[in-house]
Amino acid sequence: MASINLQASRDWQPSHTLPIIDEILAQDSGLSLTPVTAIENIVDDITSCWVDKNQLCQLMQVLRFDLAKPFEVCFDITAIDESERTCKAVHVSDFTVSYHLISYQRNVDLRIKVALGKQDKTLPSICSFWPNANWYEREVWDMFGIVFDNHPYLTRILMPNTWHGHPLLKTHPARATEMEPFSLPPLKQDEEQQALQFDPEAWGMKRQSQDNDFMFLNLGPNHPSVHGAFRIVLQMDGEEIVDCVPDIGYHHRGAEKMGERQSWHSYIPYTDRIDYLGGVMNNFPYVMAVEKLAGITVPDRAKVIRIMTAEMFRILSHLLFYGTFAQDIGALSPIFYMFVDREKLFGIIEAFTGARMHPSWFRIGGIASDLPKGWEQLVRDYVEYLPKRLDEYEKMVMQNSLLKNRTINVGAYSTKEALEWGVTGPGLRATGFSWDLRKQRPYGGYDQFDFDVPVGERGDCYDRCRVRVEEMRQSIRIIEQCLNNMPEGPYKADHPQTTPPDKARTMTDIDTLIPHFVNVSWGPVIPAGEVSVAVEATKGIMAYHLISDGSTMSYRTRIRTPSFPHLQMLPVISRGQMVADLIATLGSVDYVMADVDR
Amino acid sequence: MSSALWQLVEITIIISLLIPIAAMLVWVERRLIGIWQDRLGPNRVGPFGILQSFADLLKILGKEDWIPPFSERLVFTIAPVIGAVSVLMSFAVIPFSPTIGVSNLNIGLLFFLAMASLAVYSVVLAGWASNSKYALLGGMRAAAQTVSYEVFMGISVMGVVILSGTFNLREIVLAQADGWFIQSQFVGFVVFLIAGIAESHRLPFDLPEAETELTAGFHTEYSGLKFALFFLGEYLGVTLISAMSVVLFFGGWQMPEPINTWLPPLVWFILKVMLLVVFFILLRTSLPRPRFDQLMAFGWKFMLPLALLNLLVTAALRLMGVL
Repeated sequence: MASINLQASRDWQPSHTLPIIDEILAQDSGLSLTPVTAIENIVDDITSCWVDKNQLCQLMQVLRFDLAKPFEVCFDITAIDESERTCKAVHVSDFTVSYHLISYQRNVDLRIKVALGKQDKTLPSICSFWPNANWYEREVWDMFGIVFDNHPYLTRILMPNTWHGHPLLKTHPARATEMEPFSLPPLKQDEEQQALQFDPEAWGMKRQSQDNDFMFLNLGPNHPSVHGAFRIVLQMDGEEIVDCVPDIGYHHRGAEKMGERQSWHSYIPYTDRIDYLGGVMNNFPYVMAVEKLAGITVPDRAKVIRIMTAEMFRILSHLLFYGTFAQDIGALSPIFYMFVDREKLFGIIEAFTGARMHPSWFRIGGIASDLPKGWEQLVRDYVEYLPKRLDEYEKMVMQNSLLKNRTINVGAYSTKEALEWGVTGPGLRATGFSWDLRKQRPYGGYDQFDFDVPVGERGDCYDRCRVRVEEMRQSIRIIEQCLNNMPEGPYKADHPQTTPPDKARTMTDIDTLIPHFVNVSWGPVIPAGEVSVAVEATKGIMAYHLISDGSTMSYRTRIRTPSFPHLQMLPVISRGQMVADLIATLGSVDYVMADVDR
Repeated sequence: MSSALWQLVEITIIISLLIPIAAMLVWVERRLIGIWQDRLGPNRVGPFGILQSFADLLKILGKEDWIPPFSERLVFTIAPVIGAVSVLMSFAVIPFSPTIGVSNLNIGLLFFLAMASLAVYSVVLAGWASNSKYALLGGMRAAAQTVSYEVFMGISVMGVVILSGTFNLREIVLAQADGWFIQSQFVGFVVFLIAGIAESHRLPFDLPEAETELTAGFHTEYSGLKFALFFLGEYLGVTLISAMSVVLFFGGWQMPEPINTWLPPLVWFILKVMLLVVFFILLRTSLPRPRFDQLMAFGWKFMLPLALLNLLVTAALRLMGVL
């Protein structure tokens, strides 16, 4: 059985000393934690262990509250349908639920796995430990039909309420052609519309207070300021928001399900469209995860090019944020100036990759092509151009007193709240908590770069914008360093699973031609294993959790996106706001619905 | 008899010129904003896109005249008419030149203020009759905003009344032969202009129709010709406020010697009005929108005392004979 993992790189062996496990057991000796086995081949550095479902709450209590430096963030909860798994560890039953926790104080991650049988698909809810577990558990129920006891409101979250079945089960069809042809007779249409009616009682909301009736306003899914197909139902007293219910799922495209029927290589373009403003930033965690599974080491030139283009997309995304944020406050002009800047940068991206917003340019083991001739001049012009423009915007937007009045101390949350709700990225740093994955756990070569992590103070709308503006300047610094220190050498790894391999060699070398043929026609066979790779994406921490069963396709692709938890905490920050404040808050959160719904 | 006939002809000419001018303003605004925002704006229809408004008008005439089934039909239909008519009525008292002007009403200024107050009915009724939540919120905002801002709009022009000693707009213009009132009534002008922007619901005071918050506010449910009437009303309103500012503070058609002889008085008047209109447009491109409570606080806590103070100082200086 161990032979399956022969191709796995020696570099990525899990460490065998697990001090955190000992610490947990010291707190509560009644717990029985089973370490993961070699067959699972977990190639990331995250300590993982199995726990019996009856001990889950007991363990979570220790992790969240009893430990000296507790795990304050519930990073992700997901499940795996193990029914078709061939490389199965002994603990694995029909389903696995995987909890990914982070302790910022320790800078350590922890993965807790729970095995579930087909007969008893229930688990205790952990919403009482981490409030943001709420949506993750709803998603797991929606996708796998796993019931969480004592969950406050376990309903569908991504799929419509009228949906039958649980899409991420292996038995659920993946393509429309495997299902009945779609039709929408009038009766069904009425039913669907009825299902979208908001029922305040179901959410425990009152229809009136002592003095007056509340108004329930349906903001979205088509509204100029919700930035995509996002619906938020507001319970209002006059113009003041009493409570709100975000409703997501209108942009769900089944990206995780698609991962299970695309080859490792051909899934790359799908990742571009997760955070559709992030471009290659989305490719980054995915290809790094596949490379870890395959044991590929990427050459330096590819690393630097990746970082340079990823930072360019950070600028592109932040510029759009900057403009739309100002527009949400009512300033009509800044966005047009910023679109000009974006257009110039897209021109450079186009020269590099041939595409603009979704280049799908990273490859397993490197990048698709080397930089074009004369790229230095393009990039140098831009890094000289943008800071001057940012200075102008500073006066136009950030120093505008009307904008300041609208955003300072509006939509504020504390660091504690941010951690509780799983907020990452600029939204977390705006509260004054300096945590940037590029600094704390440098990946892909970021340790070689010199840059600062901007932080805010109040965690309000203004600070969230301020942090992003400063990040653009830092990104320019990084791009400038890439420009001045671009290493020579290959842009693809010399590894049989680099897809596609270096074309020049396939013309002369039969040993390269064969993997080229196989990898391009079937796709590369990635060794069985499990990995989770996170990057500091444009909107927060984005992670790809891949499970390979030793095939040409992923067994399970889990995409943990930053916008998902950000939207979840909206009710917390919007209570007591005016409608106009909510619009400012929505703008400052900077989410992309494709990133939320996947 | 002939004078009444002449007046009728005059009214027809003025209206038939005003409405195309308001329509052209849409094009002027879009082109100007385009230029200020580093883009072209509409430049396809006719030379420089000058016929864009007519193309838009034709398109909007071809739209289905749809009344939402959940709305209050009669009020829903009347509301945009009230808006356009009340603004057009105000033009009756504007003296365009020494000879042109529909009515030489001796309470012209009060008539203008009354019409401005009537205009709010259009917005409030539209918001209410639409029976839609966004429209209702927009209507509520409009009611509160207009009611508060017209208070000090009225007070701000009283300085001018003190100086000229009349409510007749033509006499106010004539009273500025020696010097425009802007010199002594600068504060009054600023207050009047801000209130005017608020009355015509233009950015930064476009809260009743704040697109990013209330989709289209009070006219969310409107389409076709009725929407066009609202649109027309807004641009007529901009022209009206500019014209009133010119009459009250910039000497109307009058210009100092010797440049007054260069162009006919009517042209001077139009030029001044256009300059102010462009200023309105520039404001729209450059400012964000305050929040509703901030707008109200700004009105009551800052603008009202300022207007009162201006009135007080003007009155005192007048009594002392300084002005």
